[in-house]
Amino acid sequence: MSNNTEKQEYTITVYTENQVGLLNRIAIIFSRRKINVESLNTSPSEVQGIHRFTIVVMESRDVVLKVVRQIEKQVEVLKAYFNTNDEIVWQELALYKVLSEEITEKVKVERLLREFGARAVAIRKDFIVFETTGHREETNKLMQALEPFGLVEFVRSARVAIIKESAGFHEKLKDFEEREPGEEVIENEYLGKREAVFTM
Amino acid sequence: MEQKQLSGSQAVLEACIAEGVDTIFGYPGGAIMPIYDALYDYKEKLNHILVRHEQGGIHAGQGYARTSGTVGVVFATSGPGATNLVTGLADAMIDSTPLVCITGQVFAHLLGTDAFQETDVINITMPVTKWNYQITDAEEIPAVLAKAFYLARSGRPGPVLIDISKNAQIQKFDYLGYTTCNHIRSYRPKPVIRKNYIDEAVELINNAKKPLVIFGQGVILGKAEKEFKKFIEKSGMPAAWTILGLSALSTDHPQNVGMLGMHGNYGPNVLTNECDVLIAVGMRFDDRVTGRLDKYAKQAKIIHLDIDPSEIDKNVKADVGVWGDCKETLPLLTLGIEQKDRSEWLAVFAKYAKEEYEQCIEPEMYPSKEEMTMAEVIRNVNEITEGNAIMVTDVGQHQMVTCRYAKFNQSRSNVTSGGLGTMGFGLPAAIGAKFGAQDRTVVAVIGDGGFQMTLQELGTIMQTGIDVKILILNNQFLGMVRQWQELFNDKRYSFVDIASPNYVMLAKSYGIEGAKVEHRKDLVDAVKTMLAHKGSYLLEVMVGKENNVFPMVPQGCSVSEIRLK
Repeated sequence: MSNNTEKQEYTITVYTENQVGLLNRIAIIFSRRKINVESLNTSPSEVQGIHRFTIVVMESRDVVLKVVRQIEKQVEVLKAYFNTNDEIVWQELALYKVLSEEITEKVKVERLLREFGARAVAIRKDFIVFETTGHREETNKLMQALEPFGLVEFVRSARVAIIKESAGFHEKLKDFEEREPGEEVIENEYLGKREAVFTM
Repeated sequence: MEQKQLSGSQAVLEACIAEGVDTIFGYPGGAIMPIYDALYDYKEKLNHILVRHEQGGIHAGQGYARTSGTVGVVFATSGPGATNLVTGLADAMIDSTPLVCITGQVFAHLLGTDAFQETDVINITMPVTKWNYQITDAEEIPAVLAKAFYLARSGRPGPVLIDISKNAQIQKFDYLGYTTCNHIRSYRPKPVIRKNYIDEAVELINNAKKPLVIFGQGVILGKAEKEFKKFIEKSGMPAAWTILGLSALSTDHPQNVGMLGMHGNYGPNVLTNECDVLIAVGMRFDDRVTGRLDKYAKQAKIIHLDIDPSEIDKNVKADVGVWGDCKETLPLLTLGIEQKDRSEWLAVFAKYAKEEYEQCIEPEMYPSKEEMTMAEVIRNVNEITEGNAIMVTDVGQHQMVTCRYAKFNQSRSNVTSGGLGTMGFGLPAAIGAKFGAQDRTVVAVIGDGGFQMTLQELGTIMQTGIDVKILILNNQFLGMVRQWQELFNDKRYSFVDIASPNYVMLAKSYGIEGAKVEHRKDLVDAVKTMLAHKGSYLLEVMVGKENNVFPMVPQGCSVSEIRLK
């Protein structure tokens, strides 16, 4: 089958109104189809008052396309985009808590931290918290490297992503506020050629 | 606008009046009492119908919306009142029925405390509403209700639920008047129509040798029946309907080739896999219509008209997706397409129709066997109503038979639960259908199973004096499940044998006249009596116990594998 049915990582970016319950409305679109959400982040966007969701799923293009249309159908959603990893710049942030006595005594650890570009965000007598940002493999590597030295706690944030080709949402929003929107607002770029039947 | 103080409850009712609502179906309870108290002063302007169960209320609201073409309004209280709406919401969601449901909620300060009759109705109803919202401050009421009505009726219609906490219903606020909503920046009811796909669709149609139009409820919801008729008539294309598209085009139109799908007609099913261009108008390629997808219309170029962009390419990939309101896109297509004579192609449908008539239809409509058939009952109704009645059906064999055989001359005449297949829909929906079209005859055709699910609504009929003809087709079985058990489970009739009470006596206890027919010789007169009766009437007809509905596309089969027997 074509690329459209092969699973890969997709990052879905959703611009929304700030409304109680919308997170749920978006989440149930995934859970109804038994799609696991790998990561989900909500934050302000470049436009004041407009929220931005960043959702990562491991799915085929066919499925993602349908899901994105269902998301866009929600009343409070302005626009949803989906991108493959080569179309975005993304980061995740990770925090690592280690015991001070382990770390301070072992030179190897110091080198390790430098190697992974980690920085200390809290230094106490009993423990130290390090932070790195990067792709999942990068933050994972440091976690694995620190494990032998007594990694007490580890946590990683959801992915945040910037779309390389996007010009941002300021101009688009003006379009949305018009009663007669321009073509940008409702794009039918998704309309593909007829292919093998898709079943979800 | 002069400034006056209103309570939240009054503001709710003012909103209803401003939106042109005349009928509300509802049931009071603790958390919605302030609204009911306010309603006491609005009795002249708003006709509130007291139902017997909230599910009955919402199905009545659906029936009302479907026949009147406006938004159905339903009131219910918190907790069980609200949860009883869920089936109706799911039904309205999948069948795109415009509803505004207002539920009471506990006081805002009690939210989340497991207060008496508190349920998280917003989260429960989220997947089955187009939009829902909880109000805890009366000042929000006018704007939120304006948004609710706008969302329910615009674009692809659907149910909206507004949950109002009791304090907001009581709260007085400075009322600045009511402004209807016609724009929400994050909501696009209609896609922008583009020339490129109109041109592509026109070209495909003009080059087609064997085009087939299949239409759904989108034609009715878009109020585009005339535009649709012009479209098919200009180029002489055959047109087949989904169950919810039924009545958008009169059943005796020469280009109406019948019903699609599992129990649809022979020709349109088989020829779906022989046409060269398939033009789908306002329908969503439900699995009951398409049968096995990977063997569905593979040879055809597909043009799909829909107002909801998420429907295009959802189940069947379109070669040309025509995004937009069909009231606007159909005339654009009609403008471009050439006048054609397609009598040769129509003759192929006629050939299949003849075969189906001889093998399936005639033996059912004019049976030679002793037991009565559902089809002959519907034929008798047709002969008297001449296709002018509104037919409301429940779900099951009688539904398929009624939709296959009932005649319709005008749109918005077929009310049925299509997508969700909700047994128990028929009786309450018929009550609502009559309130939505009071000058028309409403016949509710219901099976013995479905009738027993919501028969409490006979009480609503009794109290309102509304005129609904109830036709129970009793085969003493849960017939459709029995049919499947016969065909696919070696006749292992597992819990489909259902007993009935004495329906005529039951109706009588509600003050409704009725009769039971067990022999063919009494049928014609009984149907006549029912239809001539002033006021509601219940007619029970005992039909063959093990009659099957054919043709049938068995589940998992292609539409060309339709069985006549």
